[in-house]
Amino acid sequence: MGRFLAPALLAGALCVAGAARAETLVLSVSQPQVLITSNFTGADLVLFGVVEDRPPGEHRYDFAVTVRGPQETFVTWRKSRVFGLYVNTDSRTFVDSPAVLAVATNRPAGEIADAAVLRREQIGLSRNIFLQRVGSDFADVVADDPFRLAFLRIKTADGLYVEEPNGVSLLAPSVFRTSFHLPASAPVGTYEVTVKLFEDGQMRAEASTVVTVRKDGYGQQLATFSEEHGWLYGLAVAFGALAVGFCANMLLRRD
Amino acid sequence: MTIYLPIAEIPVAIFTIFAMGLAVGFISGMFGVGGGFLMTPLLIFTGVPAAVAVASVSAHMAASSFSGALSYLRKGLIDLPLSGFLLAGGLTGTAAGVGAFALLRLWGQVDLVIGVAYVVLLTGVGGLMLVESLRFILRAWGGKKTSVRRPGTHGWFLRLPLKVRFRRSRIYVSVIPILAIGLGIGFLGALLGIGGGFLLVPALIYLLRVPTQMSVGTSLVMTLVTMTAATILHAAFNGTVDAVLALILMLGGTVGAQFGARAGQRLKAEYLRLLLALLVLAVGLRVGYDLARPPADPFAITQRGA
Repeated sequence: MGRFLAPALLAGALCVAGAARAETLVLSVSQPQVLITSNFTGADLVLFGVVEDRPPGEHRYDFAVTVRGPQETFVTWRKSRVFGLYVNTDSRTFVDSPAVLAVATNRPAGEIADAAVLRREQIGLSRNIFLQRVGSDFADVVADDPFRLAFLRIKTADGLYVEEPNGVSLLAPSVFRTSFHLPASAPVGTYEVTVKLFEDGQMRAEASTVVTVRKDGYGQQLATFSEEHGWLYGLAVAFGALAVGFCANMLLRRD
Repeated sequence: MTIYLPIAEIPVAIFTIFAMGLAVGFISGMFGVGGGFLMTPLLIFTGVPAAVAVASVSAHMAASSFSGALSYLRKGLIDLPLSGFLLAGGLTGTAAGVGAFALLRLWGQVDLVIGVAYVVLLTGVGGLMLVESLRFILRAWGGKKTSVRRPGTHGWFLRLPLKVRFRRSRIYVSVIPILAIGLGIGFLGALLGIGGGFLLVPALIYLLRVPTQMSVGTSLVMTLVTMTAATILHAAFNGTVDAVLALILMLGGTVGAQFGARAGQRLKAEYLRLLLALLVLAVGLRVGYDLARPPADPFAITQRGA
């Protein structure tokens, strides 16, 4: 409903610019559901999008695609030297941060809009909001906080956080295509894909879709069984272990 | 060839894991140590989450120690009454160790305590064993007829009350030090995520004067029972036992343990002790080096609840 109300309320302001802003985004993802089987080594997803309801005239659209994986809580530790040993002396807790974060734009974000807009719309790794637990409070800190930088650096090195300034290709001014690689170590859960449409440095439309990543096959059955029947699963593994030990001993005995 | 681990939720190279199981299994069968103090750090190094590594290694150690124990049992190299007393103390110690682990985690210094404990224990035990076995070997090379006297002290603690005769081990000692050793090993094992064989074997040899081969066999029984219990408890309370990972480790480990056990029985006892001393010392120094060396990256990320 907001989609219909918002333009109505803003009508007065928009008249100044002289154009009705009614663009909508239609998205299509190649694989809405990724199944992790025993030979899973990652997946490549392709996302297509079309701008519908374009106001007449020439347009130069910009697209920012953000994929956010399941939220988890991470602790970033810093080691320092204490009595000759390097030990964890300081830490920051990042609450509900995406396990996977991929950002792609059709040109470097800095050229799409100014810093304030980009920050508000959370375009780019460094502008994504990461909540830290500060005492009993939660807040994001300045972008060059060493713990925040280290968090982004390590996540990027692990291939879980990716930023591609030219990762979105325009097939036509209003049609785009982008792809992102889901690493094999990506956790299961719901991945939210958000596309923001910009023109003249302003956001015009936003749309999102989800990709579900789940385990399949015997791995999925095993994981479910271990979650639901921990004791039975433990007993089964222990019994299996003893059976393997016994068989190995019998097969390989030479006396 | 990679395989996706359903509980660890990562893909691993299947042959790397198998080879690691094979190598650690060989060592475990040879010395009667569980091998957890080697296997767990190796797995973590390949990217398996620490909690899953510790839990799955316990399943692997249950299989590998069972296979080894059967070989020793057939040769009559297990002192069952002795392992019974050790286990009585050991399972109590395990419960206490799990409690201590939870407390340390609350204070946020569990990594440091584990690291320092590893260094102190491994270099201490390894150093003592090295000195002792070298002295023994040098004396034998010197042409001096070494007596059949077993190594170790005739401690006052062996003469405490409640003495029991252990026929297999040919010792007549108080059960109080046996229960205490079991308690200590169980406590450290739960705290450090290790089976404790590398501590138990020297403890049996040097403190209780159990013959080397008998210590190895008896300690395998202790590893077998505690690791089986640990597998079930980890699965029930933490959900961190990865059956696929454990199976690959087991297949490599049990095969390795068979050859290891055979190699161990062929080696002279004093050389077996020397090799174990060097291995334990090397791991201890390695852990110490990691603690003292400036880390490549002073920052690290851990996931809460994993």
